[in-house]
Amino acid sequence: MSDKKKELKPNTYKFDTLSLHAGYQPHKNAGSRQVPIYQTTSYLFDDVDHAAALFNLERGGHIYSRISNPTVGVLEERVASLEGGTAALATSSGMSAIFLTVMTLCEAGDHLVVSSQLYGGTVNLFRLTLPKFGIKCTFVKPRDTEGFKKAIQKNTKGIFGELVGNPGNEIMNMPEIAKIAHDAGIPLMVDATYQTPYLCKPFEHGADIVIHSLTKWMAGHGSSMAGILVEGGKFDWMQNDKFPTMTKPYEGYHGLSFAEEFGPTAFTMKARAEGMRDFGPCLSPQNAWNVLQGIETLSVRMKKHCFNAEEMVKYLSNHESVAWVSHPSVPDHPDHELAKKLLPNGRGSMIAFGIKGGKDAGVAFINNVKLASHLANVGDTRTLVIHPASGTHSQMDEATLKFAGLSHDMIRLSVGIEDIDDIKNDFEIGFRAARKPRLVSNQ
Amino acid sequence: MKFKVNNNEVFASTGGRPFDKKKPLIIFVHGSGLTHMTWVLQTRYFAFHGYNALAVDLPGHGLSSGESLKSIEEMADWIKDVIDAVGHKEASLVGHSQGCLVTVECTSRYPDKIKTLSLMGGAGAIPMNPELLSLAENNDPKAVDLMMDWAHGPAGHFGGHPVPGLYHINTGTMLAKSRTIQNTLGVDFRACDNYKNGFDAAKKIKCPTLSILATDDKMCPVKEGKKLASLIDGSQVDIIDNCGHMMLLEEADRVLTVLKKFITTNYPPLSS
Ligand SMILES: Cc1ncc(COP(=O)(O)O)c(C=O)c1O
Repeated sequence: MSDKKKELKPNTYKFDTLSLHAGYQPHKNAGSRQVPIYQTTSYLFDDVDHAAALFNLERGGHIYSRISNPTVGVLEERVASLEGGTAALATSSGMSAIFLTVMTLCEAGDHLVVSSQLYGGTVNLFRLTLPKFGIKCTFVKPRDTEGFKKAIQKNTKGIFGELVGNPGNEIMNMPEIAKIAHDAGIPLMVDATYQTPYLCKPFEHGADIVIHSLTKWMAGHGSSMAGILVEGGKFDWMQNDKFPTMTKPYEGYHGLSFAEEFGPTAFTMKARAEGMRDFGPCLSPQNAWNVLQGIETLSVRMKKHCFNAEEMVKYLSNHESVAWVSHPSVPDHPDHELAKKLLPNGRGSMIAFGIKGGKDAGVAFINNVKLASHLANVGDTRTLVIHPASGTHSQMDEATLKFAGLSHDMIRLSVGIEDIDDIKNDFEIGFRAARKPRLVSNQ
Repeated sequence: MKFKVNNNEVFASTGGRPFDKKKPLIIFVHGSGLTHMTWVLQTRYFAFHGYNALAVDLPGHGLSSGESLKSIEEMADWIKDVIDAVGHKEASLVGHSQGCLVTVECTSRYPDKIKTLSLMGGAGAIPMNPELLSLAENNDPKAVDLMMDWAHGPAGHFGGHPVPGLYHINTGTMLAKSRTIQNTLGVDFRACDNYKNGFDAAKKIKCPTLSILATDDKMCPVKEGKKLASLIDGSQVDIIDNCGHMMLLEEADRVLTVLKKFITTNYPPLSS
């Protein structure tokens, strides 16, 4: 018999278990094993005292589904648990999560430093829409780590970026940029839509707020729009006087100071109490439930997405019709080593490649593939393709397109979880069609 | 609000209402390595219903300055100093876990000052697992992870926070890691382990006392809580099913309902 003492180990649930269970207790919901869809706008108060207590944040609970809903609440807790965050707030789309984050953080006159490689919609928000609210942004290329530092001004309230830029696959050095942000006393906000917490937990690398378009891999099935902001809980809002709306008494809640009262969950509490109340981009319980279904199989799906993506990288790299392939798994990708460190479980399923024959070949390819879907989305279980220069980024002028790292021959591929042979066969059809215009013009 | 005790700045949440000398005072005392934040679902209610609800950060914890106090006895005296510092003659005390040792000791030392005592997840003694104690004293974050594991009941491990969108275990972890672990949790665990006077102190308590215990509390099991309660004259006991040591969050509503009835009956608010 061994008398060796067993080492103490925390037995808190791990990732795959949390994906299925976090945020929900059946015994408080009529024993219902599946999360119920609370299809309701509002919730009964026990009495007048109870009503007042809920409105005053004296008690936890639900009042009105614009502010919170029990089904949506399960989703929020589940994503917070998977990210290693303290709290989360789900919204009707990824864009509204980004907007709410900025509006919770900033006031007119404030400034943000923003990565230049972002989803097209996000670029427009930062470049054109936020200035209308008096919030200005300086764009910096994601690999220009020093550039983030140089762009910080006295009124800068945060740094924002996508970990792996879209669609050029440039990776920002999150740990270094987090340090730059923290040295300046401001938070780092990361849109980790393409990674999901299965591939990367940005809080472990210094991020303070994580944002997802849940519409993509998290929900996974291309069925529902949803977004979320998640709080890391480490950022100290009281370290300087840059965030008066977090630290000073707030008129809208009897002089409440969010930072004093809610500490590691202050940002989410404010985003809900103020942002959901005033802007109202609430997530429907049905869509929250659909996203929860997706999250149940997140790690199973992400493994297959990443496996198929790496197979496609090999296939494309050796293909005569392909000029170049960009994916962090490619050894000569400039961020190959950084990707290994930040994305140890897989480098994601977004690939960009250049098709020989330029724009015309790209159009022919897109128009002829049969299995891959040509549409404006990513992160579906199905394989998706698009030609950014004529699709997602078509609203950009030539110069902005170049600054965002785009070229006319680029095809963006979101690899699905179909049988890999079927995806390759489909691409053969596309490439064959893409070669034809050139054959014709060579004659 | 901020005030000074023994020349050190103390932070205490007032539950979102300004401090008002006319209102009776309730002091909430947090557990090992934690902060005033654990009381957010109790203090705001009392603050809006005729009390000064003061959730203090012990010295060296949360937003309070100074060094952590090294013994339960020193913490008990410090609570009395807080009452003096805010200009009150008396107070009701509410403690959680280590905060129960502190408030029991304080009540026995200053019977004229303490009007009611509410204990959550309390026991007469909290001997520490030696390995956990050593991890905390060596600044190992695993100490916090183990504490969060043991402090939440099986139901609490799934989450289901009463405030929508908050996730218990990660929030607690962040609170316990917000300052240097060995200077907060390490010192607190050692103080708990050293404290031997709980049962004798309990016998001296004469004020109305309430113990809220939880069936799945591994850190201060119901049996230990009942033993302590049995030594306090006329003590009430309330036991919560399906709940662990973090009852003030895991079953925040239930705790508030019981606490509200007990305190308003025995220590009435200033009527508005
Ligand atoms: C990286 C990224 N962030 C945010 C969004 C916006 O999310 P939604 O479409 O859910 O509003 C998208 C959408 O494509 C995206 O790709």
